[in-house]
Amino acid sequence: MAFGITAWGAYVPRLRLERSAIAATHAWMAPSLNGLARGRRAYCSWDEDVVTMAVEAARLCLGKRNRAEIREIHLASTTAPSADLQSSAIAAVALRLPSSVRAFDVGGSQRAAVSALGMALRRTGEPTLIIGSERMRARPASAQEMQYGAGAAAFLIGGADVAAEMLGSASMTTLLVDHFRAAGAAYDYFWEERWIRDEGYLKVGADAVRQALRDANVAAGAVTKFIFPSPFKGIAEVIAKSVGLSPASIAESLESNCGFAGTAHAPLMLANTLDQSSPGDIVVVAGFGQGSDVLVLRVTDAIAAARPTKSVGEVIEAGVGVQSYAQMATFYGEIAPDYGMRAERDTKTALTEQFRSSDQINGFVAGKCSSCGQVQFPQLAYCVLCQASADAFEPVCLAEEDAQVLTYTADALTYHPSPPMYVGFAQFDIGARLLMEFVDVDPNTFDVGTRLQMRFRIKERDPTRDYRRYFWKAAPTS
Amino acid sequence: MASGIKDKVAIIGMGCSRFGERWDAGTDTLLAEAFDEALADAGIERSQIDAAWTGSCFDRINVGNSAVPAATALRLDGIPVSRMENMCATGTEALRGAAYAVASGAVDIALAVGSEKLKDTGYGGLPVQTKGTFNDLWLPMVSAPAGFAQLAAGYRAHHHIAKDDLKRAMAHVSWKSHQNGVHSPKAHLRKAIAMDSILNAPMIADPLGLFDCCGVSDGAAAAIVTTPEIARSLGKRDLVTVKAVQLSISSGIESTTSKWDGSYVRNTRTAAAKAYTEAGIKNPRTELGLIEVHDCFSITELVTMEDLNLSEPGRAVHDILDGFYDRDGRVPCQIDGGLKCFGHPIGASGLRMAYEVYNQLLGRAGDRQLPGVSLGLTHNLGGVPYLGVAAVSVLGLH
Repeated sequence: MAFGITAWGAYVPRLRLERSAIAATHAWMAPSLNGLARGRRAYCSWDEDVVTMAVEAARLCLGKRNRAEIREIHLASTTAPSADLQSSAIAAVALRLPSSVRAFDVGGSQRAAVSALGMALRRTGEPTLIIGSERMRARPASAQEMQYGAGAAAFLIGGADVAAEMLGSASMTTLLVDHFRAAGAAYDYFWEERWIRDEGYLKVGADAVRQALRDANVAAGAVTKFIFPSPFKGIAEVIAKSVGLSPASIAESLESNCGFAGTAHAPLMLANTLDQSSPGDIVVVAGFGQGSDVLVLRVTDAIAAARPTKSVGEVIEAGVGVQSYAQMATFYGEIAPDYGMRAERDTKTALTEQFRSSDQINGFVAGKCSSCGQVQFPQLAYCVLCQASADAFEPVCLAEEDAQVLTYTADALTYHPSPPMYVGFAQFDIGARLLMEFVDVDPNTFDVGTRLQMRFRIKERDPTRDYRRYFWKAAPTS
Repeated sequence: MASGIKDKVAIIGMGCSRFGERWDAGTDTLLAEAFDEALADAGIERSQIDAAWTGSCFDRINVGNSAVPAATALRLDGIPVSRMENMCATGTEALRGAAYAVASGAVDIALAVGSEKLKDTGYGGLPVQTKGTFNDLWLPMVSAPAGFAQLAAGYRAHHHIAKDDLKRAMAHVSWKSHQNGVHSPKAHLRKAIAMDSILNAPMIADPLGLFDCCGVSDGAAAAIVTTPEIARSLGKRDLVTVKAVQLSISSGIESTTSKWDGSYVRNTRTAAAKAYTEAGIKNPRTELGLIEVHDCFSITELVTMEDLNLSEPGRAVHDILDGFYDRDGRVPCQIDGGLKCFGHPIGASGLRMAYEVYNQLLGRAGDRQLPGVSLGLTHNLGGVPYLGVAAVSVLGLH
């Protein structure tokens, strides 16, 4: 029975900063950064993290597919928000996967997503969701601050309508420490780039690619697309030359308008490649870190039907430039500007209440009254219109429902990490209505009647206890 | 409908502290200022008060929760004292409690007193608070101006009014109140403001600029109520009686269903209709001599003119610009300067409005005195337009 990738989808945060703006900020002490100052990098807004990006990528990947069939979810990241609070579980509830789903967080290396993808493909087991998601910090004025981006990509692995199947693979594990980050530390510590290239990529990486091609019984010249992610320029090119892959096979690096997204980068590049693939294409995708995992995939006839409604290219093109280094530095915790006393409000979460209302809050589940038909959020004990008991409410998830703006304002007074807070009533086409925060707003076009789609985001951070709570926000339909 | 309390309760004394940034005064002092004036006005002793209702909204920056701190501040010993809290309608709620107690015959003389000490937070605007463990998980933490600013978007869309035209009418609301506030010795802001300054003020919550927002102040106000019979026995001749006090509160219709279009405040309409019935008012546009409404924000006053059935739907903009609610208009609105100039010490505001109507009815309003006033209205809005409480009271000469 065929088994492989049946669907994919990606998410890249909307915010972009020109690398020249970063270089200009640090030019007084690090003028050499100017050499990297081309293009733009993506960065997370204050309310985006590994979990929210993973959920968005998975939503695009899953589309209208039956989520109840998914048996496993793996979320790969080296920048998960919690050391002991499963990101994959938060994502599973937000995605309304069945409660019987097996959830795994994987990490520890930037190759983790490709490792997880390879494991799922090798097992030919049950429908599995594999997500890579990354939001890396970089020390101000470091090369990484210029190179890094952020994003997530998700793959559904299953046995029906397989769009890409695995022909072979290879894994190598060595202790080449090109960089590391201690548990709880903010920044990566890198060794010299030239050594990483010569001893790491060109020996370990290239060897793994050769082994994978042998395992797949595929000649180097037959490879259509070659994906080897790296924060450094030209790495895929030198490996391809060493292995004998055609220069035309080098996959788009996503460097110019996104940046290197760590664990999520190979998944992002793979999603971008699949967006543009044709049946019969051979795709080689590698993950690198303490060795390498390499997968050799063949694209099938089902590829066209499997494509998500939005390509990686379209997701990245939707980026909006913000000419403020300080904003990125603030969102990543590099500087702590004075938000005033209003920011002192305690945001302690009642975990008891969070559990009681987990379906409503994380799953965005409204109730449809069985007596009068009103769809309502939140669900309280009685119907808002006919007072019938909520016992007879039918659950209706609002996450994939369309809405439009009924009222709005830009609140410059309330504490908000990215003022002003756009807020107002979202009127859903199916009748539900609630006050929501609006995100990704273009002030020039936003108005009553603007069409909305939902986004899973951080509702509030609790700096006292280092906790974050999530809820849904509404963004203009793109 | 029940017969109501029209003319069953007389106000025999009122007091109002000076409103403002009262760096000099704690809540106990503010309460005492209002209470002393009310006692003197009523001509009674503290010991004649049978029961009291005390209103304050925020626990943390006031005298504290329960009625104990206010009872202690005013040395109300051994009588029933209850604390009212219903957001910005708190002051009117205190009056309602006292009036109902008298109307029921349970007590002879009752005190309603409301206060708020807003300037002990260290920052401008209202204190930040949580909305409960469940609501905090999903409700956006909007500021008060952001809650009301949405009315502007809803009103503009519903009535197809250009942004600039609405902004100009809103500016007139604030301009008019500042003109009036100059003549209120107890007001916080007593300065006329030029239209240009209002129109070009920094944005607080789009489209509300700084001058579209009321002040933030400390203050207290008090009323002493009894039956008309007892009032007469105390030697009172000109009697101001309560014609109606009505309240309406949200159950989620506006914020959860599509039965509200965002352009008005449903609670005001409900409370006003009930109050007009209770007071026997057929045509508020011709019968009311003055109104003190909840002008927390200019847009609030604008839509309130329609919600109180004074302006036709969509016509408030024109009535306002035509001066219908100005000092020399047919129905003067905020003749004392309103929340705009007094600021809005939450627990006090409803009683402060009643204080102005009471004094106008008795011809004691000094430079602000309007000719021939026999019926006036107060209106409070608590919470936000789509999830809150509206209180409407009608006071008149007996």
